[in-house]
Order: sequence, then C-alpha cells, then structure tokens
Amino acid sequence: MAKKKATRKSAAAKKQPAKKTTKKTAPVKAAKPPKVDKAPAAAPKGALGIFLQEISAAPWMVTALAIITGLVLGGLIVALTTEQMYALWSTSPVEGLRAGWQAAMNSYTALFHGSIGNPTRIIEAFQGGDPAAIRSAINPFFESLNKSVPYIFAGLSVALGFRAGLFNIGAEGQLFMGAAAAVYVGFAVTGLPAIIHIPLALLAGAAGGMLWGFIPGLLKAKTGGHEVINTIMMNYIAFRLSDFLLRGPLQRADSFNPISPFILDSAKLPRFFEAPIRFHLGFFIALGVAFLVWVLLFKTRWGFDLRTVGANPDAARYAGMNIVWVTIAAMSLAGGLAGLAGANEVLGINHNLAAAFSSGYGFDSIALALLGKSHPLGVVLAAILFGTLRNGAIQMQLTAGIPIDIISVMQAIILAFIAAPAIIRTIFRLRQPSHGEESVRVRGWGG
Amino acid sequence: MAPVLELRGITKRFPGVLANDRIDLTLNAGEVHALLGENGAGKSTLMNILYGLYKPDEGEIIVKGQKLEMQSPTDAIRAGIGMVHQHFMLIPVFTVTENVMLGDETTKLGGVLDRAAAAKRIREISEAYQLAVDPDAYVSDLPVGVQQRVEIIKLLYRNADILILDEPTAVLTPQEADEFFKILKTLTERGKSIIFISHKLREVLEIANRITAIRLGKVVGSTTPKQANETKLASMMVGRPVDLKLDKKPAKPGAVQLKVEDLVVADDRNHVTVDGVSFDLHKGEVLGIAGVQGNGQTELVEAITGLRDPIGGRITLGDGVDITRAHPREFTELGSAHIPEDRQLDGLVLSFPVADNLVLNTYYNRPFAKGIMLQEDAIYEQADRLIAEFDIRTPNAETSVGSLSGGNQQKVIVARELSRPGSLVVASQPTRGLDVGSIEYIHGKLLEKRDEGVAVLLVSSELDEIMQLSDRIAVMYRGKIVDIVDAKTTDKTKVGLLMAGVRDKARS
Amino acid sequence: MATHTATLAKTGVQISSTRRIVMGVIFLALAAVIWFYFGQGMNPELVTTFGLNSAGSSIMLPDWVFNTLNTLNLLAGVSAALGAFQLARGFGKSTNLVLGLVVAFFLFAFLSWAAAGASLNLAGLLRTTLQRAVPITLGALSGILCERAGVVNIAIEGMMLAGAMVSALVASLFNNWVGLLAGIGIGAVLALIHGVLSIKYKADQIVSGTVINIFSTGMTSFISAKFLQKYQELNNPAIFAPIEIPLLSKIPFIGPILFTHNLFMYGMFILLFVLQFALFYTRWGLRMRSVGEHPKAADTLGINVIRTRYMAVTLGGMMAGFAGAYFTLGSVGRFDEVMTAGRGFIGLAAMIFGNWNPFGAFGAGLLFGFADMLASRLAILGVRIPSEFLLMAPYIATMIVLAGVVGRSQAPAADGKPYDKE
Repeated sequence: MAKKKATRKSAAAKKQPAKKTTKKTAPVKAAKPPKVDKAPAAAPKGALGIFLQEISAAPWMVTALAIITGLVLGGLIVALTTEQMYALWSTSPVEGLRAGWQAAMNSYTALFHGSIGNPTRIIEAFQGGDPAAIRSAINPFFESLNKSVPYIFAGLSVALGFRAGLFNIGAEGQLFMGAAAAVYVGFAVTGLPAIIHIPLALLAGAAGGMLWGFIPGLLKAKTGGHEVINTIMMNYIAFRLSDFLLRGPLQRADSFNPISPFILDSAKLPRFFEAPIRFHLGFFIALGVAFLVWVLLFKTRWGFDLRTVGANPDAARYAGMNIVWVTIAAMSLAGGLAGLAGANEVLGINHNLAAAFSSGYGFDSIALALLGKSHPLGVVLAAILFGTLRNGAIQMQLTAGIPIDIISVMQAIILAFIAAPAIIRTIFRLRQPSHGEESVRVRGWGG
Repeated sequence: MAPVLELRGITKRFPGVLANDRIDLTLNAGEVHALLGENGAGKSTLMNILYGLYKPDEGEIIVKGQKLEMQSPTDAIRAGIGMVHQHFMLIPVFTVTENVMLGDETTKLGGVLDRAAAAKRIREISEAYQLAVDPDAYVSDLPVGVQQRVEIIKLLYRNADILILDEPTAVLTPQEADEFFKILKTLTERGKSIIFISHKLREVLEIANRITAIRLGKVVGSTTPKQANETKLASMMVGRPVDLKLDKKPAKPGAVQLKVEDLVVADDRNHVTVDGVSFDLHKGEVLGIAGVQGNGQTELVEAITGLRDPIGGRITLGDGVDITRAHPREFTELGSAHIPEDRQLDGLVLSFPVADNLVLNTYYNRPFAKGIMLQEDAIYEQADRLIAEFDIRTPNAETSVGSLSGGNQQKVIVARELSRPGSLVVASQPTRGLDVGSIEYIHGKLLEKRDEGVAVLLVSSELDEIMQLSDRIAVMYRGKIVDIVDAKTTDKTKVGLLMAGVRDKARS
Repeated sequence: MATHTATLAKTGVQISSTRRIVMGVIFLALAAVIWFYFGQGMNPELVTTFGLNSAGSSIMLPDWVFNTLNTLNLLAGVSAALGAFQLARGFGKSTNLVLGLVVAFFLFAFLSWAAAGASLNLAGLLRTTLQRAVPITLGALSGILCERAGVVNIAIEGMMLAGAMVSALVASLFNNWVGLLAGIGIGAVLALIHGVLSIKYKADQIVSGTVINIFSTGMTSFISAKFLQKYQELNNPAIFAPIEIPLLSKIPFIGPILFTHNLFMYGMFILLFVLQFALFYTRWGLRMRSVGEHPKAADTLGINVIRTRYMAVTLGGMMAGFAGAYFTLGSVGRFDEVMTAGRGFIGLAAMIFGNWNPFGAFGAGLLFGFADMLASRLAILGVRIPSEFLLMAPYIATMIVLAGVVGRSQAPAADGKPYDKE
C-alpha cells in the first residue's frame, strides 16, 4: 500500500508536464490523429537529435515559439514603420537596414526599461541609497504586476467559460459593472473599518459582474441564445448604463464631468510601498483567486461537472449532470471574475470610476486565456506577460515614439499562431504531437 | 450484353482496417443488383468509391466499356452515376426545385435561376416515373418517403442511368417501402440500372435481379432470388458459424429485475420508434435484444437508462421502483449500469484522463469526493485497481482516454460500469468495432456478471454476439418485439429471419 | 399508436399558439405603454408639431400639427385592437408584418409624446436615421455574405476599422476613388486571413475573428498614432460630395430624405437589392447558401465548398471595407482611432435580427440607426427617459429576438462549422 502510494507520487512528479497537456483548453475536442504517420526516419540520430525531436513535440513549444514569433514580427513592424529607414535607404540600403534594426532595438530596450526597469538606474539607485530613487527605479517592475491584475481576473473569467464550453466575450461589460458596483460601495457605504469595507466592496464588484454573466448564461441554458452575441449585447448595455450612472447616481457632486466621487480610504486596497510605487494587495488577491479557480476546476466535483459539460455535453448528460445549472453557474462565475477585475482597478489604482475607464480588456482576455490554455496557472503567466508588455509599451511610446498599440498587434499575431498551431509547426518544422492537436471549438449560433 | 458497370479488384484500406478487399462487381442494364451485407461489411465504402468520394487504393471502375478515373462526384455525375445516400443529402430550407437543380442549375441570362423551367422538368420527370412531388414545397415540410423521391428525381434530373441506393428503406415505414419498390420497378423498366444496398433479406428477395453478399470487405457469394431463400441469404450475410463458443454455464434465472410494459418512445424527429414494447428481465440471465440497427433499439435503451423520456408505458425495477421518467443519475444510483451505444459520444470524455473517466458517474460519491472536494488519491487508487483488474492497456491513469485504442476505451467503460455493485446491466453494442481479444474479454465479463446474479440486457446488431451470450433473445423489428425465443432451442437462421421481420418461417 | 400521434400533433399546435399569444401580449403591452405612460396626465390641449422639411428641401412644406393626446389614444386603440385580434385569431403568416406596423405606431407615438407642446423636425430625424443606418446595414450585409456560406464573421468591426483608416490614408495621398478601392481592398485582405485561419487551418471561427479584431484595432491605432497625427496631410481626405438625384430629390418630404445623399447611401441601397436578388434568385446565391446549410450535400453535387467559402468571405471583407470607408470618406473626413465604435458588432446583431436576410438586416439597421439618432436628439428635447436607456433598447431587442420569444431566428445550419471532407 505504502509502496504503491510512493510510486504514484513519483509518477505524479514525473508527469507534471504531461498532466498539463491532458487537461488543456476546454471545450476541447481531440482532433483525429494524423492519418498517415510520417516515419521519423529522416530526423538526425544521436542524443541531440533525439532531444530536438522530443522538445519539438512538447506542447509548450508551440506556445513559446508563438510568443517569440509574435515579438519578432512586432519588431519587424516597428522597423518597417521607421521613417529614417526609408530616408537612408535611398542613399545606402545598408544604412537603411541599420536604422530599421536600431529602431526595433531601441523600442525593445525602452519596453524592457519600462516594464522591468533600467538595470543601470537600479544599480545606481541602490548604490546611492536614496529610498525615493530606489523606489522610482524599481517602480516599472511593480507597475507591470499592477497592470497584470485585471488581466489575471478577466483571463480567468474567459478561461472558466472555455472550460464549460462557453465563449465569454462579455468580460468588458462585466468588468465595468463590477467596477461600478465596487465604486458605489466604496464611496457610499460609510463608517466601516477597512477589514470589512474592502471585502464588501470586492464582493459588490463580483456581484455586479456576476449579474452581467448570469443573464447570458440563463439565456443560453434556457433558450439556446448564443452567448457570444448576448455577451456582446450585454457589453453595450453596460456601457450605456455606466454612461447613465456617471451622469446621475454615481456622478461626483462638484463635477460636470462623468466621473464618480473618490472611494473612502477604508475601501482602498492597501499599497505596500510609498509613492510612486502603486503595487497593491490586488495582485495577491488575484493570485489567490487564480488558485481558488484552479481548486474549483480541478479539485472539486463542481469543477468536474463544469469541465465535463464543456468537454462533452453528451457524456455529461449520460453521467447525470445538470447541464442547465452548470451553464448558468459557469457564466455567472465568469462574470463574477471579470467583475473582480473592475473592482480591483477602482479599489487599487484609480479610486474612482470615469467614463471609458476600461479599454480592450474584453478581447485581450480572450487572447490570454487561449495563450494560457485555459489553465489558471497559464492564465496568470500570460496575464503577467500581457501586463508587462502593456506597461513597458508606455515607456516605449514616450522614449522611442512607438505607439502603445503595437502590443495589440503582437497579441493578435500570437493569438493567430495559438489558434492555428499548424502554422508554427510548418514554419519551425515541428513534429506533430502524437495525440493530435487540441483546440477550442465553440458551438454554432442559436444552439 | 455488356454490363453498364464493372468493378474490378477494388481495394480500400483505412488505418488499421481493410474496408474493401479485391471486390469485383458487375451491373447489367435494367437490373437491380442487391449488395447484401451487415453493418460495417464495407458496402458503403465501396459505393463512396464508385461515387468519387473516396479513391480506391487498387482496382478499376469501368462504365459502359470505359475506364473511369474519378477525382470527385462531378466525374461520377458526368459518367451517369447517381447516388442516394443513406442520410439524405437534401437541404431542408430549400424547395424541392432548388434541391434538385443545385449544382446543375437552369439559368437565364447572367446566372439568374430559371425556377419555372426547372420545376417544369421536375414535373415531367415526376410524371414519367410516377414520382409525385410538389416542386415548390420546402423539403423540411415533406415526409421522409417524399424526400426520398426528391433524391431520386435529383439523379434523374442529371440523366443518371446507374443509380446507387444506399439502405434506401432504412428510414421508410412499411407503406412507404412498398411504394418505393413500385418506383424501382418503373425505373428499371425504363432502362435504369440500380445498385441496391441493404441488409434486409425480404426486400432484397422481392426487388433484386441478382444478389451479391459482402462480408468483412470481401465478396462472399452471388446468387439470384430464384436460387436463394431467406435462410440461405441469412447464412450468407452472417457467415458460417464461427467456432468461438464461450464456456457458458447454464443460467439460473431469479426474480424479475427489470419490467418494461407497453413502452412507447419517439425519436428526435418525433417519430414513434419504440411501439408498445414489453418484456421481463430476470436476475442471473442475459436477455439479448437482436435486430437490424434502427429498429428502435437505441431509443429503447435511452428510455430505460433515463436519457430519453418515453411517451407511454412503464419501466420498473425488480423492487417495484418506477423508473419510467428517471434521471440518468437515479438510474445509476439504483444499482444499474449502462454501457452506451456510442462510447466516444456518450460514454467517455476523450480529453479527460483514464482515472476521471473511470469515475464519470460516481465522482460525487464517497470515497471519490468528500463534501465538494474530489479525493484524487481515492480516484487514482481505484483507477490503478481497475486498470489492473480489467487489463486496460494504458501508460498510466493520467493518460487521456482519447489516446487509447478503441478496445481499451471500451474497457474503461466496462470497468467503470461493471465494477460497481448492482443488479442490472444495460449493454448497448458493447463490442462494436473492437478487436477479437477485447470482444472475448468483454463477453467474459458480461457472463461473469450474469453468473453473479445480475440481470443483463444486451442490445446488439451482431447476431453472433447475441447468440453466444444470451439466454433468451428478443428480436426487435420496426419498433416492436417480434418474438422472444429461448437461445438454447433456436439457431442463427431463425433469429436472422426474425430480424428481417419474418415470423412464421422462423416458427416452423 | 393513433393516440400517440395525436399527442405529438397537439404539442406542435401548442408551440405555434404560444408564439401567437406572446405576440398578442407584446402588441397589447406596446398599446398599454402608449396609453398609460405616454397618454396619462397629458394635457389634452397640447399639440405636436412635426417639421416636414429637411436640409436640401427645395419645396417647403407647412408643419404638421396635431393634437397629441387624441393621436396617442388613436394609436393605442389601433394597436390594442391588433393585439386583441392576434390573441383571438392570429395573423398567421403576416404576423411579422403586423409586428412591424405596431412597432412603427409605437415609435410614432413616442415621437409625438416627446414633441408634445414642442416641435420636432420629422424629416430631419428620418434623414439622420437613414444615414446612421448605412454603416450598420453594410456591416450586416458583410456578415450575411460570410455566414450564408457557413463562416461566422465577428471580425466585421475590425475590417470596418481597417477600411476606414486605409481609405482615409490612401485618399489623402491620391484621390477619393483610389482611397475607396484601397479600403475595400484591405477588407478583402483581412477577410482572406480570416479565411485561411478558419477554412484552411480550421481554427475556431470566433477565435479567428477575434484575432482580426485585435489586430485591426491595434494596427490602425498604431498607424494613426505614428503617422496620421504627425503628418496631418495624410489624414485629410475629401468627403464624397452629396449627389442630388434629378427629379426624385424634388419630391416633397421623401425626396430630401432619400435622394440627397452621397455615394455611400446609394451604394448601400444598390448592394442591398443586388445581394437580396443574388442570394435568392441566382445560381451563385443558391450554391452559396447550399454551402452554408449542408456543405456535404453541396459537395456530393460537385460544388467546391472550400472555394465557395473563400469567395464569400472575401466578398464579405470587401463589403466591410466599404462600410469602413463610409466613416472617413462618407461622413467625417478624417480617421480617428476606434472611430467605428462598435458599429460592426451592431451590424452583426442587425444581421441576426434580420434573420440573415438583406432586407431584414436593413430593417434592423434602421431600428438601430433610429435609436442612435434619438439619443442625440432627445437630450435636446428634454424627454424624461434618459437617452442611455433608449440606446440600450436595440441591444435588449436583439437579445429577445435571439431568445426566440418573437419567433426563432434561423442561422444557416452549417454556420461556424469547418468543413471536413471525410
């Protein structure tokens, strides 16, 4: 008995990466294995050959190469849109190319400095010993973590939906509703200590998002109305509603602008350092929630229900699961997670709500949920990557003059490769995985 | 007279399967040539090759003396070959005219459809061949029999003279089938040649000029209705008795465990497919439900296991518990097991590990869950035990089921369902598409259950399987149970005849 | 056996009678809103004044003045009568037509109520509604082209945005016509990418559409920030001048509303009629729809499913590119970041609302355009309903349509499913 347990443990340790491959993106459909097995005879023999073969079939390889290819293509776009390159090209193509290369390198350097920090500056600051200078030097790194907080929540929201076979395009609207609810509790409920006020405001944010997820979930489960269209519609309803709220019930008394009052200090998420570092508790809440989502999905029987419904609804019915309930619950939970994204932004960073406060989280979170293979750990990593890129891009815009939107372009390219891994496999001549590719598959309109 | 169509040495391999093995076939002008064989014998593959949907690995197709190289159905259509598929290729939201003209449209200037001209031609065809249809009706509004006429008009509209009809009566009611045979007579009278694919003996004898039987991808014999009778055809189609006798102890039937009374079930299209079925299943016996597929067995099983609500009748368990409209989970919790017909669709979550699939319908119970938390140790302990006990060939319990072979996938289901204590097992097509080793293993397990005193309901379209395992055999035909016979006193031919709906001869 | 057939038949009747009753209740509810919400407490002396002349009117018409309360009561009465008839007997096949009528009554009642004691330029409202409907309708037509062939296109927004930017840029460099062509061309290019991802690589079509949306939003904003803001001359296209159609534009009331617009309005009408005709009356349309409904059946009849889908998606992209050019070359005369502001998604909703039918999509486009227009106007009139809630109405209506309350909308059967030849 004890021996058996030990073998299982050691087996489990070995299988850690393998486990991730089997529990990949939901709703998953294992594509049929390739009809004709190409004989791997052509591959070079020897230890290196075997190593390369093994590594090229590893599932994370596509993800890694997709990210790298995306970054390279992003650099290429930067280079190609550099005016000097064309100006110098006419005199000397070599000089032109160099200018293009320089532009790309400059922007990525700026990106690095903006997202992680400037190593020289950090070293100097630590040598100088001035706390303010140190804080300012290491601020980019913490700001990147801050930026990734809403991405973690929104990415988890989309990932949870995928696991249940639902495509949540409504993270944007759910996020806004969460922010509005949290801000309201943050400024309107007075006299509470922070220990109660903060959780209350967070819960309000989750509830706001939950409501926005519940409605499309209910419609999907009961009428078959497709969640993609319904969540898009819910997004626009949320935008209009927030416009209304910011011109009415939530508007700051002394302002003509659509902006809410500041939340009370008791509702603010505590920050860990003095200015300018804004790093706040939200990051750890996000990690905690990601852990909870992981537990829910993979360690509880509810998660088992949810994943089964997402992976094979027929089998779920056969196993006696309640598909209607699971659909509604999953969509509501997804909404709640996106709501937390909004709540964290207003409680941790902005401390108030302004019109058009969210931009593009909805679509970005789809990209990063797919990048993270709908696994909470993957989502956290992808969210930190996106947050880092977004944050660094601000510096890149300031110093290298490269518009921040290049990040979206790179995200789109990465997502394209993730959605069609065959492209990456062709470019890099990777081996087909033996079990066939797994990919997201959404059910058609109208159920 | 030279044949209009000749197939020579057609061979087609799919990964792991030899679907067609050097098949020769000739078709003469104006004849109905029946292609007889069980499901999976390779008939449909052969016809898809003939229609240009698949390419053969070997062999040649000769139409009217000319060798044909086919890339796509377009080439087949051009050569005068037309096919009515088992699942109709009609677009429900299109009218009859639109469906018929699609791909071969009559147009006016600039590609504008000339519906009136096409409708006129359809009316002419429908008059000439007595195929009454309304060209302006929407296909979705038409009964199945009329839809089939539309399919035939589609072929005639393209001037096809070699018609392939794949299981054309599978979806027809008896009256519609009789009507359909008249149409075939008219067609052959006008010089059309027909390949008629079927596994129904009686209709083959009624309609064919010549009969060729296929078994396991090979031609096993040719005959004519004059030389043959149903008994002979049945043994041809099913094959010589394979000497695979199981070591079967005599049954010791106990009390009634499952009682089905006057059960009526409709399918997704609201057609009644189980029509007043009644039977008792005793503890310690195997009741085999034999029948050609599509005679209501699927819906019967779904109704018993809670996947489909019946529209009439009663299902009760031995202790009097009414499970007529029970939820699948109630069915399981009352100590019943279900090996579903389509393992990949219903029985397994292919992307999940073996261990999770082994607890697919018990995961919420102790010891696999405490409160809401899954107990992975318990789940994997049980998985390791079952993998060993049921000889599931898998690298480990965490491997996804989708990467296992079909036989091992089915063993996962069998292990899950038969390892639970219980008193009823419903096994639907438990060995379909499996290798001989897995088949023997699963058969052994089912008999083991029977000997433990469990009631086993075995639904299968494999006659061999039914004969080997069952103690009693109920034969389903067109939604009704034709007869329930004692397995010891019957033989394959008799059951085969009952499967074709012939009751009197089987009795004699 | 006979009894079972009878029960089945009965449920069939019940389903359609449920729909009849739901419709009747909707009619009555709209009548009730007119009666109680608009009518109650209304000063019976108040009159509504509708102006009938819009920009470009050559023949001036007198204002249309009527008593508000009487009109409201009349409209409520007629709507209620229609609802009662629907409940009792039902309008059968013309139910949707009657629904349109009742909705029109409701909107007219709403406008009369909003303008009670004041004056509202009805002709101007209608003209603006029509203008706002142009990009939405064109976007919906783009969706129809793709989805009728079985490819879901949620990338209309992205294609429109790219069309808007590229046409502005190229028009600034050369001229408007070249710019327009370039806008259409970029739509086609993005659509081809969508096609390759979803048809060739069988990526999920919604994911693939999302890729296009993110890419296009990022790329247009990138180019705009990097070049267009720096070199203003690159973002300074002329707007296509309005063309007054001779004679027709002189028709009182209707003329100025319909026949004094620029190329895009006429383009939309032409494309609308051409597409409606081509889809349902030509070989091209029949084959395309067959590919969207039952690709396997089309394949067995020798129709090339893959090629048809590429063709449809590319045409859809060109349509979206044209819709995008409307923003820069037809309306604003400049590219602004994210200027399409979700019109592509609204177009998608209009497509579903209009049941994948060009005329239906135009109707839905008008409804969305009307709501869009109202929100800006009613703020001026000082109506008691916040304009934001009016703006929400079309979205809520779309969700109701999708839920099948007002009759199930029917997507092409193979929409969103990659074709696997097997």
